[in-house]
Amino acid sequence: MASPPLPWLKPAVLVGGLAPLALLALQGAQGTLGPNVIEAVLNQTGLMALIFLLGSLACTPLKLLFGWTWPVRIRKLVGLMAFAYAVLHFLTYAVADQGLKLGPILEDITKRKFIAVGFIALVLLVPLAVTSTNAAVRRMGFPAWQRLHRLVYVAASLGVIHFVWRVKKDVTEPFIYGAVLALLLGIRVVEAVRKRRRARPAPRPA
Amino acid sequence: MSDKKAPEPPSSEITPEKQYLRRRELIKNAGLFAGTAAVVGGGLYLLGMKRTRPMDKFVPDAGELAALPVSGGKGSGPYDTDESRTPYEDVTTYNNFYEFGLDKNDPARHSHTLRTRPWTVTIDGEAHKPQTVDIDQITSWFPLEERVYRMRCVEAWSMVIPWLGFPLGELIKRVEPTSRAKYVAFTTLMDPEQMPGLKRPVLDWPYVEGLRLDEALHPLTLMAVGLYGKTLPNQNGAPLRLVVPWKYGFKGIKSIVKITLTEQQPPTTWNLAKPEEYGFYANVNPQVDHPRWSQASERRVGEFRRRPTLPFNGYAEQVASLYAGMDLRTNY
Repeated sequence: MASPPLPWLKPAVLVGGLAPLALLALQGAQGTLGPNVIEAVLNQTGLMALIFLLGSLACTPLKLLFGWTWPVRIRKLVGLMAFAYAVLHFLTYAVADQGLKLGPILEDITKRKFIAVGFIALVLLVPLAVTSTNAAVRRMGFPAWQRLHRLVYVAASLGVIHFVWRVKKDVTEPFIYGAVLALLLGIRVVEAVRKRRRARPAPRPA
Repeated sequence: MSDKKAPEPPSSEITPEKQYLRRRELIKNAGLFAGTAAVVGGGLYLLGMKRTRPMDKFVPDAGELAALPVSGGKGSGPYDTDESRTPYEDVTTYNNFYEFGLDKNDPARHSHTLRTRPWTVTIDGEAHKPQTVDIDQITSWFPLEERVYRMRCVEAWSMVIPWLGFPLGELIKRVEPTSRAKYVAFTTLMDPEQMPGLKRPVLDWPYVEGLRLDEALHPLTLMAVGLYGKTLPNQNGAPLRLVVPWKYGFKGIKSIVKITLTEQQPPTTWNLAKPEEYGFYANVNPQVDHPRWSQASERRVGEFRRRPTLPFNGYAEQVASLYAGMDLRTNY
């Protein structure tokens, strides 16, 4: 049976998801982003990237736990929003903060582990964004596509580590995101173990 | 479209029955769309926007703070910079004062609970005349000078602030240090009733800082009681704070209640919390990177482009000799 089409869902998530960006632009134009505008934009775009990344990882657990299928419909959109915010986050750093000076940027990426892990997370998201189309799934074949897209587990973990290492002292907030990520990945592990048990040949009746 | 005023619409304009029936569904979908978009946007706002709430109403009204008489120098002495001053709004809303919260705008929001009168400061330790003095008594001892200093935060932002205060050295001389005095230790007020941030064990409270005695006696080292011609706002460390312009901002301990002359190097809060990131000396040094970022450049708050960081924050001529023979990579 075909599930209901929910035609409003994707546009709503897109509009709601872009709201923080619109608000940033509005506050930037009004000059209410505080004395350090670049820092404010960096923090907001980075946090949004992480939230959307965790959102995309929540779709499968929601289906497993509650049988909801609607999250899976927006998973691609949510993942692409995460990528878009991550790119904006990096561009804010590279263009606005560092003035596109390649030397300091390369030094940051190679010498400072908190920037390195953030950069690696962004790089890992690139192939996932590129292969997000249905045509790419067909071309690659679903098993290979699925294996590739498991890189998001690594990217999200690096994203959390990036956040933890960035914070000066109080790690409460990044640890909350870390706990959510651990939960989302844990549900997958439990499911994988159960699947393997089920797949084992049942003892045949004599 | 017919140009005649037809009493009846042509059959081509009659809404097909299917579409007519879908009208309710369209309205329902529009509602669901708006509702979901609002929930998603609102959720993201709650998760991430707390740091960018507008600050307008938290900027202390200049009228609320008393103007201070400047009887000493007024912003044109040998140590003053003529670089353009950071706006008052920025100086008073972009603060690190963890006793009032971790976000830069928390101190401006929460520090109104701090009571700065009556306020006493205890000066003790290796001194011939240890004493506990009222803050107004202390300020009456010295002519207040305006000093326009650069301030460089370890987080790579900087400001130019016209402080009002008196040299710390003058205060220390009054209590007559003994020959054993080698260092000066400072302590911030610790009262959870007045400082809500103390309820979280973010740092090892109370906040403590220290200087070597010769650093403390240097004429650049200031005890500030005001800025921009007015009493110090609470978020900037009222009623008494330290300003050491060639060191990173975290050395500038706020809301001081105790000054102790010591024989041994005192513990300092950030050095205790993360010794690999924050040294005892904390001299501004573009050559020594912070583990998480380069210190070679900085952003003046309110500006867009970075500027190169100067050794000793531009005060090398005055203070570099204090560190002759020291390896400032080890003693950072």
